[in-house]
Formats: sequence, C-alpha cells, structure tokens
Amino acid sequence: MAKFIKSDKVSAWLEELGQKHEVLAPRGEGDSIVFKPYDAKKGFNIEREATAPPKKACFPQSETLVKFSHIKDLENPEKVALDVKETIPDSSWVVFGSRPCDARGFTMFDRVYLNGKHVDVYYKARRENTFFITLACEKGETTCFCNWVGSGPSDPTGSDVLMVPVDGGYFLEAVSDRGEALLASSLLEDGGSKQAEADKVRADADQSMGEAQDLSKAPAKLLEAFDDMGFWEEQSAKCLSCGACTYLCPTCYCFNITDESDGVKGERIRSWDNCMSSMFTMEASGHNPRPTKAHRLKNRVGHKFSYYPDLHDGVISCCGCGRCIKSCPVGVDIREIVLNAIAYEAKEKAND
Amino acid sequence: MKNLEDLKKQIKDGLSELDVVIGWTDSFDPLHATPHFMRSEADVDKLKVDALCVHNLATYLPSLKGKKVGIVVKGCDSRSVVELLQENLINRDDVTIFGFGCTGVVDQTKIRRAVGDVGQVEACEVSDAEVKLSVAGKEHKLPMADVIADKCQTCRYPNAVVSDQFVGDEIKATASFEDGYKDLEEFEAKSTEEKFGFWLGEMDRCIRCYACRNACPMCVCRDHCVAQSRDPHWLSQEAHVRDKWMFQVIHAYHLAGRCTECGECQRACPVDIPILLFKKKFNKEIKEVFNYEAGLDPEAKPPLQTFKIDEPTIKEKEW
Repeated sequence: MAKFIKSDKVSAWLEELGQKHEVLAPRGEGDSIVFKPYDAKKGFNIEREATAPPKKACFPQSETLVKFSHIKDLENPEKVALDVKETIPDSSWVVFGSRPCDARGFTMFDRVYLNGKHVDVYYKARRENTFFITLACEKGETTCFCNWVGSGPSDPTGSDVLMVPVDGGYFLEAVSDRGEALLASSLLEDGGSKQAEADKVRADADQSMGEAQDLSKAPAKLLEAFDDMGFWEEQSAKCLSCGACTYLCPTCYCFNITDESDGVKGERIRSWDNCMSSMFTMEASGHNPRPTKAHRLKNRVGHKFSYYPDLHDGVISCCGCGRCIKSCPVGVDIREIVLNAIAYEAKEKAND
Repeated sequence: MKNLEDLKKQIKDGLSELDVVIGWTDSFDPLHATPHFMRSEADVDKLKVDALCVHNLATYLPSLKGKKVGIVVKGCDSRSVVELLQENLINRDDVTIFGFGCTGVVDQTKIRRAVGDVGQVEACEVSDAEVKLSVAGKEHKLPMADVIADKCQTCRYPNAVVSDQFVGDEIKATASFEDGYKDLEEFEAKSTEEKFGFWLGEMDRCIRCYACRNACPMCVCRDHCVAQSRDPHWLSQEAHVRDKWMFQVIHAYHLAGRCTECGECQRACPVDIPILLFKKKFNKEIKEVFNYEAGLDPEAKPPLQTFKIDEPTIKEKEW
C-alpha cells in the first residue's frame, strides 16, 4: 500500500496519531535535535539526522522496574515488611522521523532482549507497542556508514512505515502489517503516482554512499588483536573515556540496576550503562576487568564488530549512523579503528 | 599557521627525548581537526595547526603523568597547563610545552547555525578572515568574526603564558576582563524564575554522558566522580533534570578559581547545552572576592585551595 502526504499535512497527521499513541518526534532544542513527545506548538525538525537517536522509545535512559516500600509492623518494630510493585509500561508509542539506522538499531536489541534465553518483559512491552515511521535519507553524511554494516539510506528493516521525501511531501509505504494501520488516515492520499519518483530518490541515496568496506574479517581480526594492549593504547590515545558515543548509539544496550530510595519508599531502576565508564563491570571485590580507557574502547569496538556477530549469525551490532564519530568531542572514528584491526596482521608483517 | 614548518622542526628536534608529543591533525571531514599523538617524524609531518584545532590538549596530561610528554598549546590551553602545574597534577620536568600566539578558533555550533547542516562537507579553507566551505555542492563564505568562538572574541591571553619553545610572533590582546562577562551580566539581569526555567529547559536534554567532565582539563576526579559513586550516594542514576542540574552545580563549584574558561565542557556537550555560563559565573565571583584569575602563574595557589587569615579583598575586620 503506497500513500502520499503533503508536507503541510504532516502536523495534522501527528496530532491524529497522538490521539491513540504517544508520539515521539525530533525537534530543535538549542542547537541540537532531540526526540521529544510531539507538541504542535513546538513543531518537529526532520531536516537532518537528530543529534540523539530515539533509543529511549524502547529503552529509556532510566526506567522503573519495581516500586517498593518498607512497612513497619507497629506491634513488632523489628519486623519490616516489603511491599513491591512491578511497573510494566502499557502505553503505545509512535516514533516519527527516525532514520533507517535508528529503527534498524532496535533489531540488535531484539536478538538479546526478545530472542535470547530470557525475555526482558520491560523491553518487550515497549517494543511491541512502539511503531516506527521512518524517514529515508536522501544522501549520506561524511560520518554515515550504514552501507558497511549491511544496511542503506532507505533500509526498511525495523520500521513500520517508510517515508521517502518527494516533491511537495512524502511517499509513504507500509513495511509491516502494523504500518498499514498507521496509514489508514484520511489525511493521506493515494501514492501510486509518486512511486517512480520515490524509487529514484532511493536509488540516488544508495549511490551517494561511498564504497562499502568489507568487514567480514573484523570479528576474527579483533580477537587476534585482543591481547595487544599496545595496539589498543594507540587506538584509544585521544579517547576521553566519556560516554557520549555509547549514549548516542542506537545499538548500545548495556544497563545498570540501582535502588534509588528516599526514606521508606524507593524504586529499583534500570539506567543506561556505558563501557567507557570506569564503573562499567567493576566487580564487588574491587577488581575491574577493564581498568583503562584502552580496555574500555577495546570492549566497545570488540562487542559491536566481533563478540556480537560471533553470537548472532555474523550480524554486526552497529547500524552505521555515525553519531559516535560526529558527536565525539575529540573525533574518535570507530571506522578507522575497525579498519586498523582488519589491517592488524599486515602491519605486524610489515614491521618484521 | 604561518610558522607551521618551524613548529614541526622544533617538535622533530625534541622527539628523541619525548615519549609522545600531542598536537592536532586532519579528522573525518575537512571541517574538523582531531587530537594527534606524535611518536615519529612521519607523525609530525601530519601535524595541523589552524582555527579548526579547537581541542584543549592539556586534558590528556594528568593521565600521562610519569611519561615525557610534549604538548602544543594555544594561549588558553597553556593556562590549563599552568593550573595543572599549580596543583601538582603534572611535573614541570616531564612536560615540554610548544606554545604559539593564537588568533582564535572556530565554534562548530556557530558554523552549523550559519550553514544549517554540515553533514556533507566536501572542502574547507580557513584563513584569519574567513571560513570557506563547500557543503553538498554549495559554497559558503563565513566571515571569521561570525563563527569564531566567543572566548576568542574576548581573549586576553592569546599567547602561551608558559612555554619551552614559542613559535611565531606574539599576538596583541585588546579585550578587558569585563568584556568576557557581558553575556553573563545579561543573563544575571533576568529574574530568578527566568534563570531557573532556562536551566531546567536546557538541562532536560542532557544525556548524562559526562563528556563535559571528561573533556575538562581540571576535572581530574573522573573515575572517582561523585556523579557515579554509590558511596557516597549524592546523585541518583535517574534521568531526572534535577540530577543533571545538580551535577553541573557540583562541577562548577569544583572548578571555582581553577577554571580557565577554555570552554571544552560546552564544546564537548553533544546536545549543545551552554554550560560554560555556569563556570563564568563562578570565575566572575572569584575575581570579585579574591581578585584572582586561574592559570596565569605556576607559583600561585588557587584561592579555594589555600587559607589566609586576612584576605586582602575581604575587609571583615572593618565591617
């Protein structure tokens, strides 16, 4: 089913969607673009890739798992009962204006949180009730490399509706059955006549991407370089070991669980963790298996391009959105590190 | 930089005595530079110094303590080196400082504001007068005055205040202390409600990544930061604006009288929160109360790290 929406009708469509769902849309804030609950007065901005991805839609930065309170027994003051309430989210969300890399990012989460040995009930509740209306990119940016990781500027993977910018508005295509339902609005017109134009936009976008690098050797090569801390110190020399790259990453899913209480009441929350942080995997004994930034960056690159693909049919846990490069305060380039790892053996031989 | 070849020669001459020299080089697109760790002459050949070299490399020095390190510094960066020396966070004997007179660096946020989108930069030429950009096939000529970092417009210390090697001519500064605080004074004129509302709005999009902290050359607690510590448990791990705000207040307090306003905190913020304003507020107060400016004299002590029975600027016995 192909539809078309005029540019000036998009706001009305979002308001209509907002009657049934919570709508997350990117909007300009200060000099950045971030996903926020749609507010007609504040509008939306889909002119360029959002600074921060819509990761919080299915994986909030901090999420309450249970609420608890300690109840004192007045008859027996030493006896304290614990009242615990599970808090499974039950609303539905529409993420509007995310990019193909953003929507595809959640398919890496799915393998871990839905299709693994254990199902994460919190993630599942959000994921099943979140719909993605994704905007295909017309051109890659200098930091984009979605085509290196098996994707592309109009990849529909993970989306429910794919929007392609065409003259005067957007060509809309349902990717999933759930997407069909989102396209039932009377604000939308038949899009059949725009199909050819949309196809050309998509083809031109594919063309705009630079040549894809072959990353098939990355998993083995990263393991080969694993013990060479000299290599990793060199790769991580300029890294500040902050968390910008992981927090802006649509595929980073590590979390921490803490109890945050105030008096007798509290919440057990799950919040984003970050392998660049010194606290990451710090053990209760005080031992830290990743004591330096070189160990930490090795983990970040290794997880995405080696350990994860080894466990998940070769799928790379990176969607190539490039935010980690673009927003790194010091320009650490994950592409460069992976390519250096792939060239690792050759470099060793050259030194002999 | 006019004297880039002279600087490269100085670095090459010093290289045999040093484990590493930190400078800048080309980055992922022509509009960006990136910190560059030089160990060989071939590395030095890739050195770049121009208005795109925004990073304050002094940030790396404390973590390289014990090594012989060379560092290329602009005036503002050199003040961070001075501050680190004052606090014994680095050893003077281990650091070789290559200084120069800086004519200012660009603010990438201002460039983005002027161009709209810089995702497809094909070429960039930087001179003292302008930034010439080619973005997605379109040419842009941005006068330097429009895209230079605010701190450079009111810079009073363009020349490295401490250096072992100084390359090129010294630059004359004309701004006064007050010039650097006009934006703060405008902000201070707002009502308390307006100010608080502004910060709640800005801090709300903070992602708690702590790039502001890790980019700051004076934020040396990093791995022992109260923001992530569970014991003591000052801040929760929630994504609540009150915790984000609280961290910035703590950050600013820890930097009172130590911050040299290099602006790395604000530059590093991926969501462009104007957090330098916090630091400037504290510096203005420190100047008023202690008549002190950070990062100028390696022998001085930051006022909040010392105690004098009689502070020359506080006349409490005459109250």
